[in-house]
Amino acid sequence: MRPISRVIPPAALGVAALVLLTGCLGSSDSGSGDQDATRNADAKKVELVIGANSVKGGKNSAGATFTSDVLIPKFVEAQKAKGVDVTVRFEGDGSDDEVYKQKLALSLSNKAGPDLMNMDGIWVGEFAQAGYVKPLTDTVGDAAKVDDWDGWKQIPDSVQQLGSFESKRYGVPGGTDGRVLYFNKKLFAQAGLPADWQPKSWDEIVAAGQKLKQLPGVTPIQINGGTAMGEATSMQGVLPLLVGTGATINTDGKWLGNTASVRQVLDFYRQIYGGGLGDPVLQREAKGRDKSFAEFAANKIGILLEGDYFWRSVVEPKEGVAKMADRDTAVGYALIPAAKPGAGVKGQDFVSMSGGGVTAINPNTKFPQQAWELLAFMNSAEMVEASLDGAAKITQRTDVNAKVLAGDPMLNFVATKVLPITQYRPGLAEYPKISAALQQATADVISGKSPDDAAKAYQTAVESAAGGKDKVTSN
Amino acid sequence: MAATTSPAPGDPARGLGTSEASGPGAPSPQSPGPRRRGGQGRNRGPAQDVAGLGIGRALGFVAPALLLIGAFLVFPAVWTIYIGITNYRLTGVEAVSPSIVGLSNYTKALNDALFHNALWLTLLFVLGSAIIGQNILGFALAWTMRKARPAVRRTVEGLVLLAWILPSTVVAYLWIAFFDRDTGTLNSILGQQGTAWLIEYPMVCLVLFNTWRGTAFSMMLYSSALQAVPPSQLESARMVGASGWQTLRDVVFPHIRGHVLTNTLLISLWTANDFSPFLLTKGGPNHESETVPVYIYNVALQGGELGYSSAISFLLLIANLLVALLYLRLLRRRS
Repeated sequence: MRPISRVIPPAALGVAALVLLTGCLGSSDSGSGDQDATRNADAKKVELVIGANSVKGGKNSAGATFTSDVLIPKFVEAQKAKGVDVTVRFEGDGSDDEVYKQKLALSLSNKAGPDLMNMDGIWVGEFAQAGYVKPLTDTVGDAAKVDDWDGWKQIPDSVQQLGSFESKRYGVPGGTDGRVLYFNKKLFAQAGLPADWQPKSWDEIVAAGQKLKQLPGVTPIQINGGTAMGEATSMQGVLPLLVGTGATINTDGKWLGNTASVRQVLDFYRQIYGGGLGDPVLQREAKGRDKSFAEFAANKIGILLEGDYFWRSVVEPKEGVAKMADRDTAVGYALIPAAKPGAGVKGQDFVSMSGGGVTAINPNTKFPQQAWELLAFMNSAEMVEASLDGAAKITQRTDVNAKVLAGDPMLNFVATKVLPITQYRPGLAEYPKISAALQQATADVISGKSPDDAAKAYQTAVESAAGGKDKVTSN
Repeated sequence: MAATTSPAPGDPARGLGTSEASGPGAPSPQSPGPRRRGGQGRNRGPAQDVAGLGIGRALGFVAPALLLIGAFLVFPAVWTIYIGITNYRLTGVEAVSPSIVGLSNYTKALNDALFHNALWLTLLFVLGSAIIGQNILGFALAWTMRKARPAVRRTVEGLVLLAWILPSTVVAYLWIAFFDRDTGTLNSILGQQGTAWLIEYPMVCLVLFNTWRGTAFSMMLYSSALQAVPPSQLESARMVGASGWQTLRDVVFPHIRGHVLTNTLLISLWTANDFSPFLLTKGGPNHESETVPVYIYNVALQGGELGYSSAISFLLLIANLLVALLYLRLLRRRS
């Protein structure tokens, strides 16, 4: 074919590369705190970067605006008074959550990334196992300094769990949220449904959907499903329904497999999407969730299951991605009912799921002490309150909540009615794979598979994700 | 490749300075087809120039290229092969201490229905949009345009070329808008509402999109190829009353066979490795348009399984190499 000499250089390079490889992978040891935590503690010139999946004028715009325009200038000012010249840069992103997660993981695996990083609480376990984040007491080095921070007393234990893994704190939670059923009061009036609608069972949701179905050009119900929406399908679809059947996704160390509860949830999906009450196409589109927001804002969707994020960042009249000028009068919200009264988890009549973001410190920061100062400053009562800027959000701090709750009916509703009955996802490293299997099961049903067959395929996926039959419940 | 004398051992010119140092898989569209003058299949000019250099100095000259190829082609390829035999992930325990799992990623691929699905879809995508769509449409355009006035031809070529020059993201969004269920151009042309083309017929949409986008390249290539067909032969064909099809088959095709092969190979490889389907459908709905590159991305970045996705990437590389080898064989058989 070709003279052997032609292949020598590439081959030699290949061999050299192989030699280099040995031991390269996995050399990112989880660093047993071998860095001096007090490094640069007395620096007079400090540079910090805050990274978050938010961007001005786009995703979570309000958060990005607050960080850039309020938090950073205030912190710089406070440090100047101490004679320290701090520069803080905000590194925004506006990608899908899954993409942002992998970007962050890639940066961290290369010992790069922002000094303070915002992440979903559900990632803490995986990131901790990979050594990308370390317990705050390790990174900051001074356990007393971290543990005696007065903010912890203001953050409820259930919320602190969001930033913890194996009972160690890895970051400070940035608040929590709750899920409700939103409904369009204008469409409800046209369909002859009450403005103070509160369904008590799944059947009542379906009944309302049947009435809305008579309105032309209206999709009665939007419950997230399918794989394109990613984790949104789990949080705004499967999981709230699942706790409504009395089951949780992980009980006593076992993952929920093909069980009556899962089949019941999948059958509800069949009722909605096979029965013309939902739009199967939306669940299959690459940008389906964004489209569902736009359609709700355009009065084309009757009922939508979403978190309070929808209220504060989507249909929010000023900064929302799908603004509704008449949000306060046109959008109603109701608790998510259990399948039947009393059938929910712990025998509840109503259920919800909650999650929340966490801000963690990059273990490879050049300025661990200053990063902690910024983290504490960010989560001080003053800053948390400022971050609200009048918007609805369940903050992490009870003192702030007590102050601002009364002023906002939606926030008040979530804090007083939803949080007491809510459930959190298990902070286990296998969770994302299980979640993906749930999403696939709903996708199967939406594209016409029977709930039974979808549940069988789900069982197989869960067994491989959990690492064995013995770690999965099925009946 | 063909009958050439390889340099004698010790000849400093070995492996250097020949016009083919780029190896297989990089056929130049400029040098297809049989040389009409026959004989020497190879230009040995530069080889004589380095004959006086020591091997060290000669290596010095090619070092930058070797370094670049090593750093950006060889190393990543070897690295991918290595990761492909581990259970490396981006997060979790396997990110810190991945273990070597031998060929289990490959056995997984053998039994992975989603991977098989991706292979079939890729084949369909290549066959529909590259081999049939771009090739035939590109040739038809070139054939139609060959007698047009230069001004007309340039205008048409320019317009068609726009599709090829535009960044694939832009083109993808144009087509998303075109196919959209509620506001799409296609539905309004058809005077109807409610067909979500990208959801109902994702592969058909992808084939159309890629055909439209890539036709320009084939057209340009065939335009220049057709210049090489001697007008006298076409004239003779006309005189003996050959049909259009006969003329194409017996007069035109023998002259451009090399071009057809080269072009088909190039566009097939591009299409097989094309990531733009992701922009239109993300591989959805429910994996119905998940070609291999999109599947690799989804496995790696949505699922975090870098080990498995590297193994599939390597399989894709092997498939590409096989296609390239097949092409070389075909090219040799011509002579």
